[in-house]
Amino acid sequence: MMVSAMRIWIADKLPAWIFLLGLLSIWQWVVVQKWVAAYLLPSPLQIFHTTQEMWPDILAATLSTAQSILWGLGLSLLIGVTSALLFFSIPIARRAILPFCIFFQTVPIIAIAPLLVIWFGYGQPTVNASAFIVSLFPILANTLTGLQETDPQLKELFRLYKPSRLQLIFKLQIPSAIPYIITGIKISAGLAVVGAIVGEFIAGGGLGSLIDAARTQQRVDLVFSGVFMSSALALSLIYTINLVSRLLFSRRPYLRKQ
Amino acid sequence: MPSIEVQQLEKSFSGTVQALFSGLSFSVDDHECLCLLGPSGCGKTTLLRLLMGLEKPSSGTVQMNPALSGKMSYVFQEPRLIPWRTCLENVLLPLELTSQNNPAARSRAIELLEKIGLNDRLEHFPDQLSGGMQMRVALARALITQPKIVLLDEPFAALDERTRFRMQDLLLELKARLDLQYIFVTHSIAEAVYISDRILLLDNTGMAKDIRSIKFSGRDQSLKLTPEFNAVVKEYSGLFSEMEDAIKVSDAAQSQ
Repeated sequence: MMVSAMRIWIADKLPAWIFLLGLLSIWQWVVVQKWVAAYLLPSPLQIFHTTQEMWPDILAATLSTAQSILWGLGLSLLIGVTSALLFFSIPIARRAILPFCIFFQTVPIIAIAPLLVIWFGYGQPTVNASAFIVSLFPILANTLTGLQETDPQLKELFRLYKPSRLQLIFKLQIPSAIPYIITGIKISAGLAVVGAIVGEFIAGGGLGSLIDAARTQQRVDLVFSGVFMSSALALSLIYTINLVSRLLFSRRPYLRKQ
Repeated sequence: MPSIEVQQLEKSFSGTVQALFSGLSFSVDDHECLCLLGPSGCGKTTLLRLLMGLEKPSSGTVQMNPALSGKMSYVFQEPRLIPWRTCLENVLLPLELTSQNNPAARSRAIELLEKIGLNDRLEHFPDQLSGGMQMRVALARALITQPKIVLLDEPFAALDERTRFRMQDLLLELKARLDLQYIFVTHSIAEAVYISDRILLLDNTGMAKDIRSIKFSGRDQSLKLTPEFNAVVKEYSGLFSEMEDAIKVSDAAQSQ
């Protein structure tokens, strides 16, 4: 059982790892052959050495960005789910406010970031706010869809027992919306990383600021270190969310089998 | 006072020309178990939903004995189990929603699940159960509130024959032991004859074609082998064929 699972995993993942290894080798070779100038494209080994050398700074920057992402995402989850519940329970509120949420969502974060600096000053509060703003809408919209798409047959079943509004929401509608909320969190997680880095470009701190400073110093190797760390951050975040949701669904099948 | 009194009932749906039931009137006596029998589309399910108050009649009235208020239960055609709740939790749902969930109710739920042969599935989720098992859980959920009357919409249609017979006997047992009254929708003539005190036969427009009492001295599965049982079934089969012929004639007339 274990061996066959491992075999499936290898068959599934091995091609990507081989491709990556091949790509890095070609990259390394191209730079060593001096076909591309090292100050434009440092070799993978050079980037690795720089990362090693600057590790304390890079780690501190990564942790700071991670903190902002978690702040933004956590707040989005809290406010997104609460407002979705509010919009769901009070249709007039949804009709009045939701169009503006959609409009607000279309404004690029890079355009709002300077405003955030004016309001929250330089540093982490602005970065947190930036991560929050970009990650709010997918959670809100998905939760709202999930609440609205509760199985009408189950709603009718509940109606037989004359449940209170709260019972209907907590025992039926929120559990039905859980798969949608998780999809929202997955979309928002990727966006929160973008929001945090953009916020840091403008307000300073974290990986955004590290990348920006390295750019002004022409340290392309350090720029690459920052880029790789931010993508590692996004990947580990998505991996963690997947793990948590799988754990949740293995305990209780919120996700209806099709 | 009868349990249910239906008068001049009519139900029309938007987009359909002909209304269902066109003035149907009947009553269900106290303790009487009634079966609604009729061809597909004759409105059996609609009638049952009207009795439960899940639909409103277009005209006419459905009156319940006030003593039955809050003592009615309903089993849908589909199991309608909550996918994220275990068998036991699904059975306990009505009590949770009416704030009656307590240890005594829990042991009663376990007892019920034992009775329907699912005592080894208490902690299973619906998607781990077969369709028949799911339907049995739905039946247990309807019975957990200790209703006086249960309305069942073809609940045994998806069950295999043996389980179906067991469930029929369970209903008869509950009727005898707990004085449970039920109104049952079915396609199966033999099932209707076996478990009901009275059968209301509806034609394809929901008009009462026939209503009569069914009386046997005792009821167990061996009854189905007796000539008197088969005579009743045969008679109903005859009525069914007559109706089908009438439907064909009216269809042919309409298409001309």
